[in-house]
Parts: sequence; structure tokens; C-alpha cells
Amino acid sequence: MKIVLNGDTRNVSAATLADLLVECGVTGRVATAVNEDFVPAALREDHKIKDGDRIEIVAPMQGG
Amino acid sequence: MTLFYGTELPNPLMLGTAQYPSPAILEQAFRASGAGVATVSLRREGAGGGGQAFWQMICDLDVHVLPNTAGCHTVKEAVTTAHMARDVFGTTWIKLELIGHTDSLQPDVYQLVEAARILTEDGFDVFPYTTEDLIVGERLLGAGCQVLMPWGAPIGSGRGLNNPYALRAMRAEFPDVPLVVDAGIGLPSHAAQAMELGFDAVLLNTAVARAGDPVAMAQAMKLAIEAGKLACDADPIEARDMAEASTPVIGKAFLS
Repeated sequence: MKIVLNGDTRNVSAATLADLLVECGVTGRVATAVNEDFVPAALREDHKIKDGDRIEIVAPMQGG
Repeated sequence: MTLFYGTELPNPLMLGTAQYPSPAILEQAFRASGAGVATVSLRREGAGGGGQAFWQMICDLDVHVLPNTAGCHTVKEAVTTAHMARDVFGTTWIKLELIGHTDSLQPDVYQLVEAARILTEDGFDVFPYTTEDLIVGERLLGAGCQVLMPWGAPIGSGRGLNNPYALRAMRAEFPDVPLVVDAGIGLPSHAAQAMELGFDAVLLNTAVARAGDPVAMAQAMKLAIEAGKLACDADPIEARDMAEASTPVIGKAFLS
């Protein structure tokens, strides 16, 4: 399945958003959005991803 | 005692965490500043997971975290970013930035009010980065904001308070609303001026982070803000156009 993760096209096998984080080695505090819609951490297990999804994974960063 | 959504701050300085020469200097600057609030953001996690190390350092500082929506240009983008921030940082506080102009980074106040209303209804404590416009301030309060954060000058410009008259008017118009000068501070004297005007806090980043010695500048800001607050509480004299002798005239020796 081909998705766009943080702007980069990738082939992944994960079925859910939670699986995708594991597959991509993402740990710690992150937030997620799929196709510009926020997906809370508590709903990642149930959120199925599909071909062509645009997924954003963001983490704490410096800011003003 | 000023409360920001029910929280009393240890001192009236809110300090940004961006643009420091190193994480170690950021940490030292924060400790020197005594700031009780750290502004943070969300960005795509790069390889190596640098965001997690940054987050651990912020936790170690033991300050209140104020996530921002920096770089957002639409209501949808800002609201989504705020939700993501609440998920990551575990706080209902959000520094709401809705940028309307590329060069000046002036807030788009129309979208700001709309986003503030949506987020307030959703349980957020909104700190809106706004202009010094009184009517916009009223609209933001009507949307549920309990804090207003007018700009002193464009973000990162270091120009100080471009419009002290309007900021003074804002203080007079909203005497019971916590007011924060956010953005444009370049020097400790600017921060002191904001406090002398009766503002409740100052939010700054670049002036400290990009100084030649950020740690020393952080301490200078702390002292200036303390001085400005003391001066405001001390009820300063009104400026006058003409001189008024301070030394008594009566009793002066007749020597001519």
C-alpha cells in the first residue's frame, strides 16, 4: 500500500495507524493526522489506513 | 495577582524555546530568566527522534507549557494543530496564531476570532496572538478568551512597542483581563516598558535566543520585567511638558 507520510511517498504494510507507527519505528509523544483530519492517540488502533492516505506525524519541537 | 486561566505564574515572563545556539544554552537561559512558561510547537518528527529529547528537557525545566499554532494560515489548520498539541502536550493551553501576512506575520484577526470561538467551545484555554485593536479584543473576549496577547511589533523584529498609545488604551479598556505583550521585544527596556504600561506579562523569544549571550540576556529580561512591574505598582508620575523644580525655591540664599 502506498501512502504519503510527512510529505514522502512510502510503501507500507500496516493496516492501522497504530501499526504504522510501529512499522516506522515512531515512539514517544507524537500526534497524528490523516488527510488533514486529527486522529487522537486513543483512536489509532481503530483507524484503518488506505492506499493514498496522506499521514502527518508530528512531535514536540522548539517554538516561539 | 494575575491568573491565566486560573494559574498564577511565578513571574511575568513567557519565553520561547526556538533559535538557541544549543539545547544546553536554551536550558541555561531558561533557568536564568526564571520564566514560568515555555512556548513550544509541533513539527514533523525527523529521523533520530529529536522531538523526544527536546520534550524531556522541557519536562526537566518544570515550567508551564504553552504550545503554539505557529505558521497556520487557516482556521482549519489552526484548530487541527491545536488538537494535535493537546494530544501531545497534555494541556488545554494553546497560543493561537493565525498568520495573515507573509512579511509582517500580522495576525488574520477575522480567522483568529473564529478559531478562538471553536477552540474555546471545545475546552481549550486560548491565548490569542492578536493586534492592539480594541474591537478585535472585544470579539476575542466574546469568543471566550480570558487572555489577550497583542503584538508589540512584528515577530522577531526586535522593534519594541510600535504603538504604546494603543497598548495603553487596551490596558485601560480591559482593566481586568490578563494582557500579554507578545512579539517584537528586542531589548530589556522594551519589556520594562510593557510592564510599566500595566501589562501582566511579556512573551518573547528571539531577543534572548539570538543575543550574543542568551543566558545574560535572559537574566537582563528577568530584571527588566521585575523593574517594570515594580514601577507600575509604584504609581509613576505623569509626564509634563514644562519643567517643575524639584529643589525648593524657598530658603534659597540671595546671592545676586
